[in-house]
Amino acid sequence: MAERTFKIWRGNKDGGEFVEYKVDVGPGWVVLDCIHRIQMQHSTDLACRWNCKAGKCGSCSMEINGKPRLGCMTRMNSLPEGTITVQPLKTFPVIKDLVTDVSWNFEQNKRIAPFKPRPRDADGHHRMKQEDVDRVQEFRKCIECFLCQDVCHVLRDHKAHDKFVGPRFMIRLASLEMHPLDTDDRVEKIRKEFGSGWCNITRCCTEVCPEHIGITDNGIIPLKERVVDRFYDPVAWFLGKVFGKK
Amino acid sequence: MGNGPDIKDIQTIEHDVIVIGAGGAGLRAAIECSRQGLNTGLVCKSLLGKAHTVMAEGGMAAAMGNVDNRDGWKIHFRDTMRGGKFLNNWRMAELHAKEAPDRVRELEEWGAVFDRTKDGLISQRNFGGHRYPRLAHVGDRTGLELIRSLQDYGVHSGIHVHMECTALDLMKDGDRVCGALGYWRDTGRFVLFKSKAVILATGGIGKAWRITSNSWEYTGDGLAMAYLAGAELLDLEFTQFHPTGMVWPPSVRGVLVTEGVRGDGGILKNSEGKRFMFGYISPRFAPETADTEEEANRWLAGDKSARRPPELLTRDEVARAINAEVKAGRGSEHGGVYLDIASRLPAEVIRKKLPSMYHQFKELAEVDITKQPMEVGPTLHYHMGGILVDAESQMTTVPGLFAAGECGAGLHGANRLGGNSLSDLLVFGRRAGLGAAEYIKALPGSPAPVADQVQASMRRATDILNRDSGTNPFVIQDQLQDMMGKNVGIIRTKSELETAVGELEKFKSEADKVKAHATSQYNAGWHTALDLRNLLIASEAVAKAALTREESRGAHTREDFAGEREEWVKYNVIIKRGADGSMVVEKRERKPGPTPLVEIANSKIEDLEGGKVGADYK
Ligand SMILES: Cc1cc2nc3c(=O)[nH]c(=O)nc-3n(C[C@H](O)[C@H](O)[C@H](O)COP(=O)(O)OP(=O)(O)OC[C@H]3O[C@@H](n4cnc5c(N)ncnc54)[C@H](O)[C@@H]3O)c2cc1C
Ligand code: SF4
Ligand code: SF4
Ligand code: FES
Repeated sequence: MAERTFKIWRGNKDGGEFVEYKVDVGPGWVVLDCIHRIQMQHSTDLACRWNCKAGKCGSCSMEINGKPRLGCMTRMNSLPEGTITVQPLKTFPVIKDLVTDVSWNFEQNKRIAPFKPRPRDADGHHRMKQEDVDRVQEFRKCIECFLCQDVCHVLRDHKAHDKFVGPRFMIRLASLEMHPLDTDDRVEKIRKEFGSGWCNITRCCTEVCPEHIGITDNGIIPLKERVVDRFYDPVAWFLGKVFGKK
Repeated sequence: MGNGPDIKDIQTIEHDVIVIGAGGAGLRAAIECSRQGLNTGLVCKSLLGKAHTVMAEGGMAAAMGNVDNRDGWKIHFRDTMRGGKFLNNWRMAELHAKEAPDRVRELEEWGAVFDRTKDGLISQRNFGGHRYPRLAHVGDRTGLELIRSLQDYGVHSGIHVHMECTALDLMKDGDRVCGALGYWRDTGRFVLFKSKAVILATGGIGKAWRITSNSWEYTGDGLAMAYLAGAELLDLEFTQFHPTGMVWPPSVRGVLVTEGVRGDGGILKNSEGKRFMFGYISPRFAPETADTEEEANRWLAGDKSARRPPELLTRDEVARAINAEVKAGRGSEHGGVYLDIASRLPAEVIRKKLPSMYHQFKELAEVDITKQPMEVGPTLHYHMGGILVDAESQMTTVPGLFAAGECGAGLHGANRLGGNSLSDLLVFGRRAGLGAAEYIKALPGSPAPVADQVQASMRRATDILNRDSGTNPFVIQDQLQDMMGKNVGIIRTKSELETAVGELEKFKSEADKVKAHATSQYNAGWHTALDLRNLLIASEAVAKAALTREESRGAHTREDFAGEREEWVKYNVIIKRGADGSMVVEKRERKPGPTPLVEIANSKIEDLEGGKVGADYK
């Protein structure tokens, strides 16, 4: 067991500071294991979200050495020697310690009109080819860790929360817009209400996504293209809707 | 009263019905309540979408016959009964098999995107104990698809979601349920929910064991709250140990390796490189299981005349086999066995079909499953036992209290088949919603919470913070897990179970002295301390039920009572709270199943498929 030093941000909305802890790290440990050890041995009231401990639920988002990451998927032996700093997501208001108020994201989801499928075939089935749903399935891998929301400069630095829904919800919109069964027209709203124009394709979101979703290239850029297409060529858009989208 | 805050000062929220738990069962129940015109509140300990359901991997069982058109509800029903060793509630197993396909289609209608067959239909995969490919799935992240589809649909259906809010106790007005007291995690403040009915959908009890695939949320809250409110609990001795959890490194011990690995061709080997499952085929399954590697491989290649590989026997059988191999000294380096998919499928197919397993092993164990075998061993995974409910309405024995999903019981009998949980959640979540709506319609007047109960519940919670000193809740939980693993494990004996019951008395008095430091706001220690009561009730109930059932059936294995005993299939083990507050265990005779269902469940597969049995039964 090797001893490692942590600096963990402790505090609440009124302010806080980094507190140092020392942890004996066992084989294969991830950062979340260390936080649990600190809770058990040093500070039982340390606040941190987690559920699955296997990268599947997106609860344990935090900033480790300044990078937005999942605590349960960050192995200790992948971190450089020296003190490890852990702090809450910067883009969202702190509740306590590593826990932030991410409720804004849940509000954004409510603004997105639900899936509106075409009628079923006569025998009661929906038919879709696997290759036509691959792209949609890629977006649906999202575990709502909100790391992409945290890193996107439009939200993080410009605080344009009222103008841009952020990468997470751009791909949610893309998963509906590219869904072979969906009949709703979402392009206008993607531009006007959800602010697709705010994204300037820095790809920071894609870099941090633990699900390796091609947020920018596979989701946002095609959406932007659809917005542009509609603007220049309404006929192509209409044909696309009737005879299947790309 | 002077003994705590005045109940008028507590935040009060009123709904027609509150659903406690926002996994698949709770979300589906809430959607149904809302559709029935009820003002519906949904309460969950974590954020929305983070419940256990999100972790489900392999798929959701429904006899749609998309991949093999010989499948149908009767075969699914028969598989479920046989997997459950005939202890299942007959009616629930019937309803489940009949209604699951509609629930899958409904989910698709709400936006779920399942993997497709070549013809563009919902694809279905093989799983242990299911005769035909039956699990609708999305790679190995089916639970995520299910919960997200329900969530996205649900937020538009008028449900009031109360996230990061923990229910502490149910409130009763006379013999009826009338709400629950809870607390908000972010502020530590109490909240009183007033309602005409309550639906519990709180999931399982896995945190009573150390090696488990379950998260911190699984502390048996629903089970314990129902028990304290007077509800009866059913067959708690049946705790499922999933055969394949990770065993290395120690920090991930217990994390699940989906059965889908075996469904897609993965095989189990011991340290001698032997594919050992052929040596563990029990007589019940022998006629339908391959007895040579050659036949097993033909089956995998799609030969419909070949029988299924023994790796796909039911979970109880595979878990016991692994346990036996390890005990016989043929285990892997870190005390498991090897699960090999690398030599069975090309690397790119593995990555496509099992993407999250690939990542899980790569990132957590530094193992590349396309090149190396995985090390796996049994992990506590699921609770078949739970709150006793009516098959049609899901009402418990307490009026106005309903239960659905893993915290309920009956469908799975002595052992659950993989994939039958996700379908269970939707079938019986919906039914609980309908049941609650019907109950409320017939309800005279509005029940109201009683001040004494509210105050007692708050006092229990605040005492933990107010005490000057006391034991560390994390340490007690840790010791409890250790004790349960040792004494109420996969193989059980009378003396160990008695030790457990004795130890639990000590734990209970320790838990009464537990202390949490600092304030109530987002306090992990306080929360763990509050959960302890529930965890201890669940542990005691499991230990006592296990002591009572003197046979080995399904997931319950008694070394001192080997094999199924004919006599015991006639009994359920019921637990409830006695008048003096002590736990009462009852061996209760079951009603015999309806004749046509009994015939179907016991039929030879050829007779059922050939129409000799059950043909007229719809
Ligand atoms: C790793 C893993 C893989 C699995 N794979 C499969 C599979 O492939 N197929 C399958 O069929 N099954 C699978 N299962 C089993 C299945 O996922 C679960 O049994 C099922 O999801 C349970 O759903 P539920 O709705 O009953 O409860 P959960 O989804 O567990 O939800 C419980 C809810 O109750 C809430 N809650 C609990 N206590 C309280 C309280 N006191 N106050 C407020 N809220 C509370 C929690 O916050 C949570 O929202 C798997 C399980 C695991 C762990
Ligand atoms: S690519 Fe767009 S959405 Fe992603 S981080 Fe950059 S600006 Fe934000
Ligand atoms: S898109 Fe990726 S980074 Fe963003 S919330 Fe989803 S999983 Fe997280
Ligand atoms: S705990 Fe679920 S993603 Fe980390």
